[in-house]
This record gives sequence, C-alpha cells and structure tokens, in this order.
Amino acid sequence: MKTALFWIFSVAALGGAVGVVGNVRNPINSALNLVVSMLALAGLYVLLEAQFVGLIQVMVYAGAIVVLFLFVIMLLNLRGSGTSGAEVQPLVKIAGVALVAFAGLFLVRVLASGRAPWPDVDPSYGTTRAIGEALYTDYVLAVQLAGVLLLAGILAAVVLAKKRVD
Amino acid sequence: MATSTVFVALFIFVVIMLVFAPVMTWVERKQSALMQDRIGANRAEIFGFKALGLIHPLADVIKMITKEDTMPTGAHRFIHLISPFIAVTPAVISFAVIPFGGTYEMWGAKFSLVVADLDYGVLYLFAIGSIATYGSMLAGWAGNNNFGMLGSIRVSAQMISYEVAIGVTVIGLFMIFGTLKLSEMGELQQQTFRVFGFMHYLGWVAPGTKWIDWITLPMWGIVLQPLPFFMFMTALMAENKRAPFDTPEGESEIVAGYFIEYSGMKFGLYMMGEWIEVVVISGLLAAMFLGGWSLPWLPEKDLIAFLSKPFGANIANLMAMLLAVHVFFGKVIALIFFQMLVRWSMPRFRYDQVMNLGWKILLPLSLANIVLTAIGILIVQGVTHS
Repeated sequence: MKTALFWIFSVAALGGAVGVVGNVRNPINSALNLVVSMLALAGLYVLLEAQFVGLIQVMVYAGAIVVLFLFVIMLLNLRGSGTSGAEVQPLVKIAGVALVAFAGLFLVRVLASGRAPWPDVDPSYGTTRAIGEALYTDYVLAVQLAGVLLLAGILAAVVLAKKRVD
Repeated sequence: MATSTVFVALFIFVVIMLVFAPVMTWVERKQSALMQDRIGANRAEIFGFKALGLIHPLADVIKMITKEDTMPTGAHRFIHLISPFIAVTPAVISFAVIPFGGTYEMWGAKFSLVVADLDYGVLYLFAIGSIATYGSMLAGWAGNNNFGMLGSIRVSAQMISYEVAIGVTVIGLFMIFGTLKLSEMGELQQQTFRVFGFMHYLGWVAPGTKWIDWITLPMWGIVLQPLPFFMFMTALMAENKRAPFDTPEGESEIVAGYFIEYSGMKFGLYMMGEWIEVVVISGLLAAMFLGGWSLPWLPEKDLIAFLSKPFGANIANLMAMLLAVHVFFGKVIALIFFQMLVRWSMPRFRYDQVMNLGWKILLPLSLANIVLTAIGILIVQGVTHS
C-alpha cells in the first residue's frame, strides 16, 4: 500500500515538475502543474510520517503561494511567449541538457539501488507536539531569525507597494 | 480500517450530503420567506402532496440533472470540466476530522464517532480549505468570460486574505487547549472552572469558603475566547463566500462571478459545496467553541457512570452515544440557523469593505488576542502553581 502510494506520488511530483517547465504556451497550465507537484510532495511527506510538514506544504505552497502565482497570472492576463526557447543562448542550452542528464543518471542510480524498507518510527514522531517542542527549545534561535527575516520581507513589500501608491 | 469507522464515515456521508444539504435549501427558502413576510416554496407537489414545500429540493435536483450542460466557446475544456469537482471535494472530505461524539465501548466493540481522529485535525481542515480556492478561481478563468474572470480574481484575493485570519484567530484557543486534535478539545471542554476561583488564590476569601466552588462555567471555547469565536465565524463565513461576503459572485455587479459559465449540475455542485461548507463551519465551531458533543456541566464520564448503575455499562454507553450525537447535531443546526439569519439580514459588503475587515480588523485583533491570551495563560499558571 505504502509502496504503491509512494510510486503514485513520486510520478505525480516528477510529472508535475516536468509540466511546469514544459508548458511554454500557457502559464496557467504551468502553475497548475506546480500545484500537482506540490500536492504530491505533501503526500510523500505524509508517507515519511512527517504529517505536519505535509499539511504545511499543502496549506502554504499549494494553498497560498501558487494561488498567488495564479492570481498574478490572471490579473496581468499573461500569455506564454510561445517561442519555446529560440532566443536562449547555446551555452545555457548545453548547461540545461547536462543538468537534465545528470539528474536522470542520478534517478536511475537511486532506482537501481534497490528498495529500502519503510522505517519504523515512534508514534510521537512528526506530531505537532514534537515539532513544537523541537522548534521552541532546540531551534529557538533559528525560529527567531526566520521570524525577523519574514518581518523584514513584509516591511520591504509594504515599502515597495507604498512607493507606487504615493 | 475498523468496521465502525466505515459506519461512521457512511453515517456522516448520508447525514451531511443526503439530508443536510438538500433540506437546507428548503430551510433557507422558508426562513428567508419568514423573514421577508412571504410564504416561500410551496408549489412543487407529488400527487397533491406538497409537504410544506419539502418537494422543492427534489424538483431542484431533477431540474439540475436534466438541464443542458453547456461548454462556452474558447473555454479551457479540461479545467472547465474539473473545477466544480475541485470546489466540492474539499467541502465533502473536511467533515472527516470533526468528532460528533467520544469513544464508546459496548458489547465488546469500540465506537469512535470520528472518521479520522488526526493529531493535527484542525490543520487538516485549514489545508483542505485552502485547496478549495482553486475550484472557484479556475472556474472563472476557464470559462473565457470577463465577468467570470473578475469573479475569480475577487475570489482568490478574498479567500487568501481570510485564510490568514482563519489561522490566526484560533491560535489563542490552541494555546489554551494545547492541542490541535478536535476530539481532545471535545474532552477538555467537558471540564468546568470556578469563576471566582482567583479570589481563593489571591486570599480575598477565607480558605474553605464553599460558595466559590458552586459558581462554575464550562471550559467551552466560547467562554474562554469569546471574541475569537465571532471573529473565527466571520472569517469562515467570508471564506465560504456566501452573503454578506458574496462579492465574488455579486450578481448586481458581475452577473454571477466565477461560476457564470456553468449550468446544470455543475452549477449545482458549486451551490452544494457552499451548503456543505455551511454544515462544516457549524460543525467546526461546535467542536472547537461550543463544547463539541457534550452538554455543559455534564462530563460524559459522570453521565456514563451515573447511567451504568441502573442500566449496565453497555446500555449506558449506547445512551451516552445517542445523546452525544443529538447534542452535537443540535448545536450544528443552531449554528446553521444563525448563519442563515446573518445571510438574510445583512446586505452585501462592498469589496473594499470585505478586504478591510479581513486585513485591518480581524488580523490585528487576533494578533492582539494571541499576546493577551499568552499573558493570561502565564498569569493563571503562575497563580495556580504558586
């Protein structure tokens, strides 16, 4: 059951990722493929007993960030360039092909290395309580720093938007 | 999966989908008619039986299923096809984590009246709810219609804004209960606390004073967090985009907004999604703020212990279970009535008013609530532990 789900989610995640890059005509299709990929990733997290991370993945990435992408695409009524990479420099093309080849080789190697058993984890692993305790005891400095960073981001967005209004 | 879980899931499906949603269309018609001094739905009949207009939901369904299913030219066919399903599925599956009773053991079988008792229950609801945005948003875009487009821009902005408010308003409650699990919240809300207990700790009354033990309140969410209850309900109703928050479909401005190009049962799916969402909102509010399946001042354990003496443990559990289901759905029905009352009392907000309410009123208030709740918790802990 778990293995079947793993395959479904993995194929969906990879397929979605390919779809994001492949849809040059229609940005909306790209964004929707991104949603599929995000949801599949969330499924993989849940399979790895990290339910909290999986749900946050759905809530933040699939449910908010990509919605904002779509919102901007709709608002600006963007159409794809349609020129599927004719003006891309040859060096970039070569680098892209090399990267894809490398990733493909890596994927094949991982798949060929055989199946690892599903890990047995403590039932408290990945619960909200465990994550909360870890975040606010061991990693409290990182949480604070991330908070400051996000606050700076919000302030920067306000400043930029306000300049446009004034 | 245990057989009892399947029964519970089936029960929820039948109650929510087949009873609540259709009957609610009737209730809504009759209630609005009552409020506007009309008679309301009373025309549909089978062999002369009108049943107070209760045939109308049936007539609606037949009409919607037999209507022509149109596909506008220039529409994105696939997205236009799947959008109603994306919109209705989250509403249907979100009731899975809402408990409508505790766990009961009778005749050797264990009945837990919640389909999926997840550790992160409320978070699951929020995550599922955030997916529902796509159903509405893509619908307006896929139909190749300018009004639909305006509707989908409005719906995405509104739903994203209120998702923030929804998440932040209830953090105070999570801090008090220390859990995201809805069944655990239901258990915790069966406790009571002494309203004047603080006088005992401050030394204002002589130790051993009896009367402060008598004046108690149930530890319901609405008692502990009264303002967030209303803020949370407002945010949920805005997320459900029914009147007075129905700017995305505002028929006087943008005809029907995001579902303008839908006909027949696909349009019906949007309506059904909204109605099911009303039930889910009521269930969530009842489970988090109104004590879930329990009656105030009556912890379920005490009730079962009391009933076990004359009837035996099995019958006592069965009775407690039936009572719990009735109490829970009683609360749900009351909340549904309240939501309909709001819907038919208030005119539609202007779009900027909707946005201002979300960002400038609900968000700052709920952030202040988090700080105040944290201070309150620290004070209570400090006093009771010293």
